[in-house]
Amino acid sequence: MAADRAAGPGRDGAPADATRLGAPTLDIDAILADSGVRIVVCCGSGGVGKTTAAAALGLRAAEVHGRRTVVLTIDPARRLAQSLGLTELDNTPRQVKGVNTSSGGELHAMMLDMKRTFDEVVLTHTDAARAEEIFANPFYQAMSSTFSGTQEYMAMEKLGQLRARDEWDIIVVDTPPSRSALDFLDAPQRLSRFLDGRMLRLLLAPARAGGRSMFNLVSASLGVFSRAVQKVLGGQLLADLSGFVAALDSTFGGFRERSERTYKVLQAPETAFLVLASPEPDAVREASYFAGRLARDRMPLQGLILNRTHRVAADELTAEDALTAAKELDERGLHPAAADALRIHAALCHQVEREAAVATRFTTAHPRVPMVSIAAQPADVHDVDGLREIGVALAGSAPFIAERRQTETD
Amino acid sequence: MVADVPGYLMSVDDRWPARLNIVTGKGGTGKTTVAGALAIALAGAGRRTLVVEVEGRQGIAPLFNIGSLPYAERRVATTPAGGEVHALAVDAEEALLEYLDMFYKLGLAGRALQRFGAIDFATTIAPGMRDVLLTGKVKEATSRRRDGRRVYDAVILDAPPTGRIGRFLNVTAETARLAKVGPIKTQSEGVAAILRSPMTAVHIVTLLEEMPVQETADAAAELAGLGIPIGRIIINETRPKLLDGQRATAAEIKRGLAAAGVRAGKATVAGLVGEAKDYLVRQDVEASLRADLADLGKPMIELPFLPGGVDRGALNTLADVLR
Repeated sequence: MAADRAAGPGRDGAPADATRLGAPTLDIDAILADSGVRIVVCCGSGGVGKTTAAAALGLRAAEVHGRRTVVLTIDPARRLAQSLGLTELDNTPRQVKGVNTSSGGELHAMMLDMKRTFDEVVLTHTDAARAEEIFANPFYQAMSSTFSGTQEYMAMEKLGQLRARDEWDIIVVDTPPSRSALDFLDAPQRLSRFLDGRMLRLLLAPARAGGRSMFNLVSASLGVFSRAVQKVLGGQLLADLSGFVAALDSTFGGFRERSERTYKVLQAPETAFLVLASPEPDAVREASYFAGRLARDRMPLQGLILNRTHRVAADELTAEDALTAAKELDERGLHPAAADALRIHAALCHQVEREAAVATRFTTAHPRVPMVSIAAQPADVHDVDGLREIGVALAGSAPFIAERRQTETD
Repeated sequence: MVADVPGYLMSVDDRWPARLNIVTGKGGTGKTTVAGALAIALAGAGRRTLVVEVEGRQGIAPLFNIGSLPYAERRVATTPAGGEVHALAVDAEEALLEYLDMFYKLGLAGRALQRFGAIDFATTIAPGMRDVLLTGKVKEATSRRRDGRRVYDAVILDAPPTGRIGRFLNVTAETARLAKVGPIKTQSEGVAAILRSPMTAVHIVTLLEEMPVQETADAAAELAGLGIPIGRIIINETRPKLLDGQRATAAEIKRGLAAAGVRAGKATVAGLVGEAKDYLVRQDVEASLRADLADLGKPMIELPFLPGGVDRGALNTLADVLR
C-alpha cells in the first residue's frame, strides 16, 4: 500500500521510534531524577496504556531515583490493581510490595474514589448537619456519581490534596479514561463555571429571597421560562434542585478559585506532562491536539510516549520477498511452518510501516517534542517485574532496543 | 459460534432478530465501525435501516464519506443488496426541544429555555435526563410508522462505551431518583419497557485484548442484572490463524528459505524464529481471552482485521461477514 510507505526520514522496516521519525529522544530518567519535578501527569485518550505507564514511571522514580513516590490511578485493570496491592477503592495511598527500596525510595499507590472525594470536599467546607442534607439530596447523588466532569475534577482535587500534604517527592497521575485527552484540563473549569453560572444564580435568587417560590422574581420572559420548567420537570424536582443549589452555594463559595489554583500548579515547572498514544490514527490525533493545547496554555509538555509499537526482528527480509517465498512454498507444498513464519513476518513489516506513517503525523506537527517508543508486549503486564521492564524501556535502555540500535549503526 | 442451528441455514432475520440493535464496546474497539457495518448488513433488498449516534462525535459521517450529520435523518448509502441506510446524530438539546414541541406546543418557550441555558443546565446536572432524551428519540424512530408500515426495519444505535452503557440504558432508575412524577418519568418508563423487550438486543464489540474483554464481561453482567437483553459478542480485528500452534524451528525456516531460493543469514533466520515465537505467545493469550468470552454464553461473531483501514469497501466486507 503506497500510503503505508510514506514514513519519516529513517529507513523502511525500522520501528516507529525517535530515530526513524527524526524526533528528539525523550529522557525519562532526567525528568524522574529532577527534584524540581513534583508532579508527572500521564495524558492521552482511553485505551493507550496510561495506567500501566503511570505505574511504571512511579516504580522507576522510587527504585532508580530513590524518590518517595505516589501513583494516583483512576481506573486500573483488575489484575494490575491487584499487583499494586489496590484491592479496594478506599482513596488512601498504600505502599506497594515487591519494590526495591535500597535506593531510599518508596512506591505508594491509590485508586481514586470519585464519590468519596466529592463527599470529603463537602465535609471540609460545611458542618456535619448541612453535609448530611447535601448527601441526601438526589441531585447531589446524581452529580457526585455521574456528572461528566466530576471524575476529572475529583482527580485534580485529589492531586491538590496530595500535593498539599507535602509527604511525597513526586506524584504520578494517571488521568481519567475520557473520550478526549483534553477533558482532564477542561472539566474542572467547566464544572466550576457551571457551579457559579447564570442558571444557578437564577435558580438561587428566589431561594435567597426566602424560598417561597422559585420564580417569584422573574420577568415576563422568565414567566414563560418558569412555566416551561415547571411543566417539564415538575414541582418536586424543582424543590430538590433549589435545595441542592442553595446548599452548594454555601459550600462551594471558592469552587472556581480552587480549580484555578490547581490549574496554576499544572502550569508551573514542577509539573511534567507526558502524553501517551498508541500508534493508531485516533490516539495519535488526540495526542497531537493535546500537545497543541498544552503549548497554547504554556504548560510544560515533556514528551510523547508512543506505546505498543512493533518491531521487526528479521529486518533484512522485505515483506514482498517474504510473501513471494511463502507463496512459492505453498505452491510446491513444502515447509508449511516456514511459509507461515514468512507470512507472520510480512504482516509485521506492514504493521511497522503503518505505525511509522501514523506516528509521523505527530512528529510533523510537533517536531520538537521528544519521544520514546515502547515495544508491544506479547502478553499484558500484571506485576511489578513487568512494570520494571516497561520502566527500563521508557528510559530507552531496554537491552532489546540497545541491541537494535547497535545493529542499525553497523 | 454458540448457535444451535448452523449459520448457513439461518437468515439474516434469524441471526439478528432484534429491531433495535444497540452496539457498545470499550473505546477503541471499533464499535462505530461495527454499527455502520451492521446497518449495511441489515439493509437487505427493499429494507431500510437507521444508524444513530448520540455522543456528538460525528463518527458515522466519515464511514459513509459524508460531511457532518445534522439532527435530521438522511439517507447515507444504498447497499449492494438493494436496501437503504439512513443516519442520524441525536443532540440532547434538539431532542428536548422537539419533545417539548410535540407534547406541549411550546416552541417559543422552548427557545427561551435554550437561551437561558436551562437545557444545558438540566442535562448537565442530571445526566440521566440527557440519556432519557437520547434514548427517547431512538425509541421514537424504532417504533415510528408511516402508511401502516414501519419506517425502519432495523435501528442500530452507536451507543456509549461499556463503562457507561448500563447507566445510559437504565433510564428509569436514573430519572426515578430525580423525577418522581411528571412527563420525564412517563417518558423514561416508555423507553425502559422497549429496552427490556425482545425487540432490543445489545451487542458488545471487543478486541482480543485484556481490558476490552474484561469490560465486555463487566457490561454483560451489568446488563443481565438490569434485565436488558444481550445479543452477540462481536470480536473485532481478528487476524488469520497461522502456524496452527506449531513452532517454527530455525531448522524448518532455514530449509524453507532454501527451498524458496531466499538467501538469508543467521540473523534473519533467528529473527523469523523470534517473530514466530512472539506470534504464538500472542495466539495463546488470544485463545484464553476467546475462552473467557465464550464463558459468557452468548453467540459470538468474529470480524477480520482490515490492514488498509476502514473505507466503504471495507465496511461492505464487514457487513458481508455480519450478514
